[in-house]
Amino acid sequence: MDKVKKRWISIYVENEIGVLARISGLFSGKAYNIDTLSVGETEDRSVSRMTIGVTSDDKTFEQIKKQLNRSVEVIKVLDFTDIPIHMKELMFVKINSCTEKDKAEAFRIASVYGVKVSDYNRNTVLLECVQSEDKNESLLKLLSATYGYRLEVVRSGAVAVEAVSYTDR
Amino acid sequence: MDIKGTELFVKALREEGVDTVFGYPGGMAIDLFDALYDADDIEVILPRHEQALVHEADGYARSTGKVGVCLVTSGPGATNLVTGIATANFDSVPLVCFTGQVSRDLIGNDAFQEIDIVGVTRNICKYAVTVRSRKDLATIIKKAFYVARTGKPGPVIVDIPKDIQLEAGSDEYPSEIFIRGYKPSTGVHVGQLKKAMTMLKAAKKPVFLIGGGVRISDAGDELTRLSERMRIPVITTIMGKGAIPTDHPLYVGNIGMYGNYASNKAVSECDVLFAIGVRFSDRITGRIEDFAPNAKIIHVDIDTASISRNIVVNVPIVSDAKTAIEEMLKHATECRTESWIESIDAWKGEKPINMDGCAGMTPEKIIRAINEIFPDSIVVTDVGQNQLWTTQFLEMNGKRQLLTSGGLGTMGYGLPAAIGASLGNPGAPVICISGDGGAQMNIQELATASALETPVIFCIFNNTFLGNVRQMQKMFYDKRYSSTCLRYSKSCKRQCVTDGTCAGADYLPDFVKLAESYRADGIRVVSEEEIEPAFRRAAANTDRPTVIEFVIDCDYDVYPMVPGGKALTDMLFG
Repeated sequence: MDKVKKRWISIYVENEIGVLARISGLFSGKAYNIDTLSVGETEDRSVSRMTIGVTSDDKTFEQIKKQLNRSVEVIKVLDFTDIPIHMKELMFVKINSCTEKDKAEAFRIASVYGVKVSDYNRNTVLLECVQSEDKNESLLKLLSATYGYRLEVVRSGAVAVEAVSYTDR
Repeated sequence: MDIKGTELFVKALREEGVDTVFGYPGGMAIDLFDALYDADDIEVILPRHEQALVHEADGYARSTGKVGVCLVTSGPGATNLVTGIATANFDSVPLVCFTGQVSRDLIGNDAFQEIDIVGVTRNICKYAVTVRSRKDLATIIKKAFYVARTGKPGPVIVDIPKDIQLEAGSDEYPSEIFIRGYKPSTGVHVGQLKKAMTMLKAAKKPVFLIGGGVRISDAGDELTRLSERMRIPVITTIMGKGAIPTDHPLYVGNIGMYGNYASNKAVSECDVLFAIGVRFSDRITGRIEDFAPNAKIIHVDIDTASISRNIVVNVPIVSDAKTAIEEMLKHATECRTESWIESIDAWKGEKPINMDGCAGMTPEKIIRAINEIFPDSIVVTDVGQNQLWTTQFLEMNGKRQLLTSGGLGTMGYGLPAAIGASLGNPGAPVICISGDGGAQMNIQELATASALETPVIFCIFNNTFLGNVRQMQKMFYDKRYSSTCLRYSKSCKRQCVTDGTCAGADYLPDFVKLAESYRADGIRVVSEEEIEPAFRRAAANTDRPTVIEFVIDCDYDVYPMVPGGKALTDMLFG
């Protein structure tokens, strides 16, 4: 019942000034911790869609969904925790001060993990990793073990959409 | 036809049926006030402080069921509303607060009296918005009134930049509005309700727990009929008090931190708790693990977020209280509760709430006099011991209303809310019960009451202390009266002692003289015999306020009491 785990919500909101502040303020005001949040316009320019990841127990998560639902600016709340979805996060990893050997290793890792080397110079490699958050997480573990403090990491926050098979039903 | 934003504003107020606006002008609201100058059908009330203004609108709204409308300027005018907005939000009071704002080209420049009031109030209101374009003005005002008064009511803030007020645009005001993200619940899930009724009928020791939601949806009569038909006792929260007449044989009393013995006992022993329109706040539940430990809980509330938040419930029902109760009446049958009612009656007799152990002019005697002398009155409280005594001893039969800041507990609420109630209910006796601390938080409103000839009876229970905090210091802090004596002066010792050796200065102010300077009638009452004559004299003042200062003993405390964090059964009786 009270299992703390990672959960995902996708919400449709009015694309208005202050809505992001309203949503994030709702989380901070009620002491719910946001792990990640990403937002962008949808096919309808008056509507934005947010993907929010939280780690919480069942009760808190229920409350989060209810609180979001009762906000006037929120049009629809979808719980993505246990349904088939496609989810990707963009992560840039810059590996600095590379030796030749380091660079070779970076290319090898990139090819095994299916991520792109999107920029490159004599001693720096930039990886562009578009994967699920979990996969980026494990890649980052490996990179950290290999390159330590030489990494520079920027992550976007995940974006998710229901699987076609799910929406077709 | 094109009209100015300010003209559209006045038109919108008319379309929404607004006849009273609580307003305080300033640079960024001056044009809106100018437009109201010729609107003879809209009365503009000018208080003496914006905080009082919003409480006045709140008292007006609670006592009339209409939306309270505030109009203030930008910056400090807007920020002074904050406490009152939070007060209204906590107690689900419909308000629409219009704030002037600097022109759009100045927003973000730290212009004179610029404040992002929408940002400030975001977490303490139902909805807040800055109008960004003249063409949106009409729909935003329409939306504001609709959101404020539907579903779980609450305050809405509409921030209007000065250039939009002056800009010409369409004169159309929509008659309907559709908001895709806001659909207040209508109707009730009959399946869930039947399940709940089956549970209720099988119960041996059922109770109804009634909160403010029942009063907001005006379902008191229906509730009374339901409890009579099913023979189920009724317990209320402070906000629910009065939903069923307090002299009704099935009424048990208030529950919670300052509830009575029988109510707290009954909730702790019941087997089905049927709650309607309550939030299960910490003041109600005491220690959560020990709340109604033997009961299956059914919870009816219009706000899904209130259900299973603090207390996990067995049967959740999202519905307006009145809709649910009317549906329940269709399925109601008599339950076999004779022996349960007998035991509750025995508990009532065992430990009734009274101040018999206290000598002299007790608050109980004063409030009982109000019960007698002012049958159909509106009683407004401030916050603290005065509020708790009122909720304990005030009888709510007939048309009497009780207005109190239950959720936020805002000192300084009483007097302005009483003035608002009086303005909304001309001719009805309005009595404010306040302590001497809270009385001074908005006492400037005596000027408003005098100027508008509102005959509010302002009772100040003067025990020279911030009594509720003092009571806790007495009980749990070894009588270390830190910053609670209002007679303190420069010559006082750093550590306050009240063992009889305290020199203490004279009380400030002299409330009688203060009343007189506001052209109110001022009466000081020091003994029991003077209570009734004072109220009779106050009742005769029909065109000005009366201040009655009741000089009471600082050692009168509020009992029974459940200390914070304890179970409801851990009551202290003094």
